Amino acid sequence: MFAHLLGTDAFQETDVINITMPVTKWNYQITDAEEIPAVLAKAFYLARSGRPGPVLIDITKNAQLQKFDYPGYTPCNHIRSYRPKPVIRKEYIDEAVVLINNAKKPLVIFGQGVILGKAEKEFKKFIEKSGMPAAWTILGLSALPNDHPQNVGMLGMHGNYGPNVLTNDCDVLIAVGMRFDDRVTGRLDKYAKQAKIIHLDIDPSEIDKNVKADVGVWGDCKETLPLLTLGIEEKDRSEWLAVFADYAKQEYDQCIQPEMYPSKEEMTMAEVIRNVNEITEGNAIMVTDVGQHQMVTCRYAKFNQSRSNVTSGGLGTMGFGLPAAIGAKFGAQDREVIAVIGDGGFQMTLQELGTIMQTGVAVKIIILNNQFLGMVRQWQELFNDKRYSFVDIESPNYVMLAKSYGIEAAKVEHRKDLVGAVKTMLAHKESYLLEVMVGKENNVFPMVPQGCSVSEIRLK
Amino acid sequence: MQHNNEKQEYTITVYTENQVGLLNRIAIIFSRRKINIESLNTSPSEVQGIHRFTIVVTESRDVVLKVVRQIEKQVEVLKAYFNTNDEIVWQELALYKVLSDEITEKVKVERLLREFGARAVAIRKDFIVFETTGHREETNKLMEALAPFGLVEFVRSARVAIIKESAGFHEKLKDFEKREPGEELIENEYLGNRGAVFTM
Repeated sequence: MFAHLLGTDAFQETDVINITMPVTKWNYQITDAEEIPAVLAKAFYLARSGRPGPVLIDITKNAQLQKFDYPGYTPCNHIRSYRPKPVIRKEYIDEAVVLINNAKKPLVIFGQGVILGKAEKEFKKFIEKSGMPAAWTILGLSALPNDHPQNVGMLGMHGNYGPNVLTNDCDVLIAVGMRFDDRVTGRLDKYAKQAKIIHLDIDPSEIDKNVKADVGVWGDCKETLPLLTLGIEEKDRSEWLAVFADYAKQEYDQCIQPEMYPSKEEMTMAEVIRNVNEITEGNAIMVTDVGQHQMVTCRYAKFNQSRSNVTSGGLGTMGFGLPAAIGAKFGAQDREVIAVIGDGGFQMTLQELGTIMQTGVAVKIIILNNQFLGMVRQWQELFNDKRYSFVDIESPNYVMLAKSYGIEAAKVEHRKDLVGAVKTMLAHKESYLLEVMVGKENNVFPMVPQGCSVSEIRLK
Repeated sequence: MQHNNEKQEYTITVYTENQVGLLNRIAIIFSRRKINIESLNTSPSEVQGIHRFTIVVTESRDVVLKVVRQIEKQVEVLKAYFNTNDEIVWQELALYKVLSDEITEKVKVERLLREFGARAVAIRKDFIVFETTGHREETNKLMEALAPFGLVEFVRSARVAIIKESAGFHEKLKDFEKREPGEELIENEYLGNRGAVFTM
């Protein structure tokens, strides 16, 4: 739209700046082409620095057509009203060090901040020096390899048994680059009340927002973690880690084993993920949508390297998977990218098959089809006596659909065909869609029911 | 220790860049929490080119603190403060339009206006406009007193407030303009006062 028409309800006028204000870190409308170089420089600086976030620039049509003398691109690295990197206050580091050194049962919980801050190495050194168990939020997954002996698993509503229960047993809880989302904390007034809490975050508005921290360490964790590591003592915490192992054993026997190696005829999501994970040896980037398949993938996929798990965490946006997988492949062309998506979420953004066709991007897509909006169905089963409402959904013929876009595709309905089909998909050089029919009414467990404390996690 | 869940009046002072749309960005932070803004004023500040928002809400300290941090997080916001009424000096301005006949005929009205320290800012054949400044209770009282005598129009401005403790923004701004900020700025003021601020 031309700038002179702004506010007149002209053809296709949408107030994009105001619509996007609540969901952007910063946005700006350019009405004069002269502004473009400086505003773009500012936009890139803001999007990537501090706590990264989306920025949006709206360029009016007149500015798009306008000719001007291009002064060249000067990167932006300072905005006076914006402080991306707080200077670290030593006294809080010292307080945190004392708490950690005196702790008998410390638990580290980490989130995406470790990955966004490129602080995986610093994080590993930190936990290794004092032998502390570390549990992750789903956006923190892959920052620490799954097979690391101190990696005790996933936090939250569908997380692992041990880290949830022991959150309410530890004496010091060290949160690194995570924001105590309600899906992680469960009921807040019964969350880690016995523990001293240390919260490392780059965003001061997160400290004390949901959980009051005893020590708030405001700063970039790439800088704060080494300072903590320097101060903390080397400790053997194998006894404390053994407690986690006990819980892990119980969970394995009651939940994990029956899901990963089911004896029932119908396939489970977990066995599909297990097979994919084994065949790719944990080296693929797994992109998920939102729902049961997402929880199952995050629970059961094992990763060797950081930035291997792409998912919509706190926002929980269905439809995220397919476009995100395309982006992931463009961003990491040398890696295998596998999108795992439910039959519900896939239909929300399946037009992106067109993008795959047009760009030839080699994304592998697995649709785990349970013929339901599975997670909502699970809630309706558990909390509304199976009074199913709008969760029983129909799917198109995905194989034909993919083929109409020129994408090779197959459908698997029986266990005996699964491994072969996954191998065929992975051997295919171009994009590929594999639809796997899984049990209709399987539930994801463990589960912390809404309104319950993390230690009230149910195994079934 | 004071109760942090008790609601009371807070005056939030925000120093910002002069940017179109920033008002909306700040307003959203209140509206998403369903907090009613009781008074909002934007004006220039003591520093050229820096704007100053004065916002009044009735909320608990806990909530105000979180809101203020989210305001300060906005890219174009330099600094945000919040204060209780005993920490600030504030004024509001009110205008009253009264029919000239009422005033000229009734001695009582004239006395009332004098009592409240009202000034006439416009005198016309048919009506007179008076002005008072003060706290809300004060400007309200005159409105109530004038009501029986044909108060035609009443309007009151937003609150403007000066923070008693503040040394102004000149020095702070110099710090903001430096690439490597000084101690005063980098210190997270809320973290420094946490003991006094939080209970949950």
